[in-house]
Parts: sequence; C-alpha cells; structure tokens
Amino acid sequence: MSKTLSICPFCGCGCNFYLVTKDQRVIGVEPSPKNPINKGMLCVKGWNAYEFINSPQRLDHPLIRKGDSLVPATWEEALKYVADRLNAIKSKYGPHSLGFLSSAKATNEENYLFMKMARAVFKTNNVDHCARL
Amino acid sequence: MAGLAATFGSGAMTNSISEFDEADLFFVIGSNTTAQHPLIGSRIIKACQRGAKLILVDPRQIQLASFATMHLRHNIGTDVALINGMMNVIISEGLYDKEFVEKRTEDFEGLESVVKKYTPRVVERISGIDANQIEEAARMYAGTKKAMILYAMGITQHATGTDNVKSCANLAMLTGHVGRPSTGVNPLRGQNNVQGACDMGALPNVFSGYQKVTDTNVRKKFEDAWGVDKLDDKVGMTVTDMIKAAQKGELKALYIMGENPMMSDPDSSHVELALSNLDFLVVQDIFLSETAKMADVVLPAVSFAEKDGTYTNTERRVQLSKKAINPLGSARADWEIICEVSRLAGYPMNYACPSEIMHEINMLTPSYGGITYARLEDSWGIQWPCPDKAHPGTGYLHKDKFAKGLGTFMPCEFKPLAEVPDDEYDFLLTTGRIYYHYHTGTMTRRISTLEREAPWSFIEINPADANRIGIRQNDLVEVTSRRGSIKARAEVTPRVPPRVVFSTFHFHEASINLLTNPVYDPVAKIPEYKGCAVKIRRCA
Ligand code: SF4
Repeated sequence: MSKTLSICPFCGCGCNFYLVTKDQRVIGVEPSPKNPINKGMLCVKGWNAYEFINSPQRLDHPLIRKGDSLVPATWEEALKYVADRLNAIKSKYGPHSLGFLSSAKATNEENYLFMKMARAVFKTNNVDHCARL
Repeated sequence: MAGLAATFGSGAMTNSISEFDEADLFFVIGSNTTAQHPLIGSRIIKACQRGAKLILVDPRQIQLASFATMHLRHNIGTDVALINGMMNVIISEGLYDKEFVEKRTEDFEGLESVVKKYTPRVVERISGIDANQIEEAARMYAGTKKAMILYAMGITQHATGTDNVKSCANLAMLTGHVGRPSTGVNPLRGQNNVQGACDMGALPNVFSGYQKVTDTNVRKKFEDAWGVDKLDDKVGMTVTDMIKAAQKGELKALYIMGENPMMSDPDSSHVELALSNLDFLVVQDIFLSETAKMADVVLPAVSFAEKDGTYTNTERRVQLSKKAINPLGSARADWEIICEVSRLAGYPMNYACPSEIMHEINMLTPSYGGITYARLEDSWGIQWPCPDKAHPGTGYLHKDKFAKGLGTFMPCEFKPLAEVPDDEYDFLLTTGRIYYHYHTGTMTRRISTLEREAPWSFIEINPADANRIGIRQNDLVEVTSRRGSIKARAEVTPRVPPRVVFSTFHFHEASINLLTNPVYDPVAKIPEYKGCAVKIRRCA
C-alpha cells in the first residue's frame, strides 16, 4: 500500500487527502491532518471521492461516430480526425465558427493549455468554461 | 464574478478559510453552505457555537438556519431590495464608516441617492421581511467589526446576479468591512477548480491572470511568448452565446473538455438541439456523459488520481495534487491530449510534464509569478497574488487599497424575477444542490454510498400547498413549466415556504434544467436557475 497527497475533486473548499493505493488501484482516502483547510476532516463526498476512479463505466479508448453509433478508434485516428476537422472548419468558415469549452474540474495547467490552444492554434477567443461561478 | 471585479477590481474571495475562525459575524446570502461547501459550513457552525453571530438570508429552512441569530426568509429574487434596505438604515442612522468611504471609495453620492428610496417599509412590501428585522440586521452587521459576507450560487444564478453581487460589495464598502483579516466579501466557488479555470483565462475576454484580450500590449506579450502573430483582438463568445450561435448555425464546431452542458445548462432541450446542429462536436471526458453521447469524437481522459496538476480553491490557494496511479486503459491526461491535437493541427506544444506548463504560467501571469512546483511541494499551497518566488502569498485582499485603487459604489435598483407565477403556473421553482451529490452527478452518482443516501430526484413542497392539492409524501408528481415537464417524488416539508418548490440538478432521469428559464444576467451570463414559474400535479 502507498499514499499520495491529493486534492478532493468536488467542491471549492479544496480539502487535502491522501489517496491510498494498492496494485495501481485506489482503495481509499485518508484526510491530511496537518493541512490548514480541513485539518484531518472530510465531508461524505470527500470520504467517497475514490470510488468513481475505478468505475467500470470509465471510457478507455477513443470513439468516433459512424452513422448513429460511436465506434472504438485508435488514438492516432481520433486525434488526427479532430485536428483535421477543426482546421478544415476554420479555413472554410473562419476561426469564429469554432468554440472551446474548458473545465472547472481540470487542472490549472490544462485550463491554461486549452485556452492557449483556442487562442494560439485556432486563433479565436471563443473560449469559456461551463460553470460561471 | 463580474460584480465584484467591477467594484473592487478582483472577483475572488477576499479572505481565507482559516479566517472564518476569528470572525464575529457572518452574513450568509444565497449559500446553502453545509450542503455545497461542507467543511466551510462546519467552520461557520463552530464559530456560531463560540458566540459569533449569523445573519442568514435564504427562503429555505436550510441546516444553517438552526444556528442563525436571524433568519430572513425573503421572497425569491428580492436580494437587491433587501440589501438596499439595510444600506438605507445604515446611512440614515449614520452607522456607516465615514473615513473608509471618504478615503477608499468613490461614487458614494450615487449610492446614497438610489438607496434613499428603499426605506424599511418599502422593502418590507417587496421582500416580505418585517421592517424592524431589516433594521435589526442592518445595525447588527454595521456594528460588528469582523463581519464577513458569504454568498454562492443562490445570488449569482439570477438574471440580476451581477446586481446582487454589487449590492454585497456596496454593503461591505459602506461599513468599511473589507481589507482586514476575517472581514470581507467571499464568493464560495462551486466546483473544485472554477477559480483556477478563471485565473487561467478560460474566459472569452482575458488571458491568464485576467489580462485583457483587447489590450494591444497584453496581446503582444502573449504573441511573443507563444511565437504566433495576430491573436484574436475581440472578446469571444461565452458558453451561452456559443449555444445560441450553434442554434443559429453560426458556430460550426465545439470542443468540450470535461463538462456536461446537456445537464448543467438551463433549458437543456434547447442545448440538445444546438449541439445536434453543429458540424463537429468533440467531447473529452472520463465517462460517456449525456453530452459525450452526442459527440462526433469522444476522447477518454483520466481522473485527478492519474495525473499531476494544480487546482486553485475558493480562497485563491493553489495546491498541488500528485499522480497516485497509472492511467486506466488507454485514457490520457487532458494536457497530453491538448498537446497532441495542437501538434497535429500544426502548432507544436512540447511539455514533458505539468510543471513545465506551470513554468510558462509563472512567466506570463503576474499573480501566479512565484507559484512554482518546487514551492508547492513543501507547503500547503500558496494564495495568489504571489508575484515572485520570495513572496509568501496573500491571505486577504485589498489591505490598504483596492485592487483597482478606489472601490467604486455601484448602486442597483431592484428588478423583479423575469418570470413570476400567475394563475396557470402558480408555483415558483428554485434549484440547488444537496449534500450527497455534486453538480450534474457524473461522478457522485457512480459512488454507491452517495447514491444510496439520495437515489431519487425529489421536489420539496410546503405542507400547506401539498394539502391543498392532495399531494402526500413520496407521491410521484409532475412539474411543468412553459418549457418542459419532469416527474419526481414529492418531499412534503416546511423547509420551503408556501408557493415555492425546490429541486436539484443532479439527476439525469429528471433533468430539472428542462424546466428552467434561459434568461441570463446581461453581464455575467449566468442563467436564472433560482426562479421560474411552474405548475404541479400528482400523477395518477
Ligand atoms: S471533502 Fe467535502 S468539503 Fe472538502 S473539498 Fe471535498 S466535497 Fe468539499
């Protein structure tokens, strides 16, 4: 078993906890006692914040739409398809025909890169995140 | 956050969570704190138990109500009137901080002339709160030095959300209750990294650190750093503008990372139409969400446990979260996916790890200048602004001056809800969160303990109303607005006042946003989740 310091993924309190892992599976959480925000406490959401990580419903490969269904694809195919389609739409209708919705659950680094992609790569300020609070 | 940024110059929480322990009064408006921010809620309860006062403004009998010194159950959507009424009392009784107003603020005269009309008697008629209670709340708030205002989506999710926030800021400036420890105005952010998403410039008008896209020098700085030319110089579309543009066929492609607007947006049947009207939809998520099911391409991302990265909590504290396990299946971290898409689209992005991205953020974002991984590794996080590596971070904002210099009073007039009950749609529906679930439920509803405690969608209805229309506890009821209809179980409870029903948006089987009204605050573009007219009947 090992423990890794992590942050609760739910509300804006940002409680710290350790993810307890065994054989590459998260099996529990332990609140961090010294941390100034939660001082060893967690709410019921925090205590249970690990269960969805190993959910059997997790997506584990890219999907591409073929008619009415989404079918498995390789990363290479899927990424190339995304880049090509976005470039094609940008050249045909202009950069403002593209929109980018970032995430209030993703990390700072990912939010930064996502807005950089919208602005530097696709040349549009049509970038926002869903939760406006 | 537009309201706070306009008055103070920064939209973030002014104080730290630990400062709650020293506060002597909490003015909590539109925040069901124990449900939405449990650990902050328990700090407030502890403070009340040691004698701190709590003025709670909320139509519902929420858990904090049992600790409140005063509970003002005002009519939904009358927050601006209520706060104006309190300021009317504070000015007319000479209880305001004249020195603070003179030295640190501007446009006091404008405020004075607007709130003059909002006498306690007038406000009593609008808000349903007794005039003498308004006076008492005003005196209590003005008379307590260490007083904190707290709010959350209960006041921002209105068509008048920006006005509601400005009103809170006005009240704090008028009494000089800002710029000191345990004293200020504190918006509690909903999701774990809303603050960070805003700080990083996932907004149509600013780069990271709230640097404006319309400022030529700012654009030049980012163009040089990124090695590109001609960055877009016009403010882009907000999420609500994008949905509208998609409906009209003007927006052709949408790339959504980790969000589920099919559930979280008001009037979700319109969102569905808008998304299906796109030529191309990319969704990057850990589950096949309602939104992902509509996509042309779905890219599997990893959970927080499978990557390194920083998150910024509601008190502006940037914290490092470490990778605990390897990615499941072939899923990849969002940052890796973005790098690949950019590279294939013709712009190489080479970062070996998230700390290299943070290094770039440090260079380009003044408020994050000194927040490095090395420092985060051996601390409990750093609160911005933190301009350089020697800076300890900032516990509370606006100490000797406001972020924008002088604080600006921005008086607001009361505006009624955009949709009020009438003979046919005779109830007001208001929405919110419950303790056991989080946002649209994509994560929490896959956790068995949480799902066991709160498995169904429910509608809270007052016993008087329930009796009148013959609804009993747990009856299946149909709730209908001008936009749609859902079924849910009735929870008959005095928690809600008469003529008001309450539900949440955690459940996809009964998506409450089929009903809500897509009228938006004109500035913040936050939809009015907190009030729309509905009718209700028992299903046979
Ligand atoms: S443990 Fe509870 S209070 Fe703490 S961040 Fe998670 S959801 Fe919020």
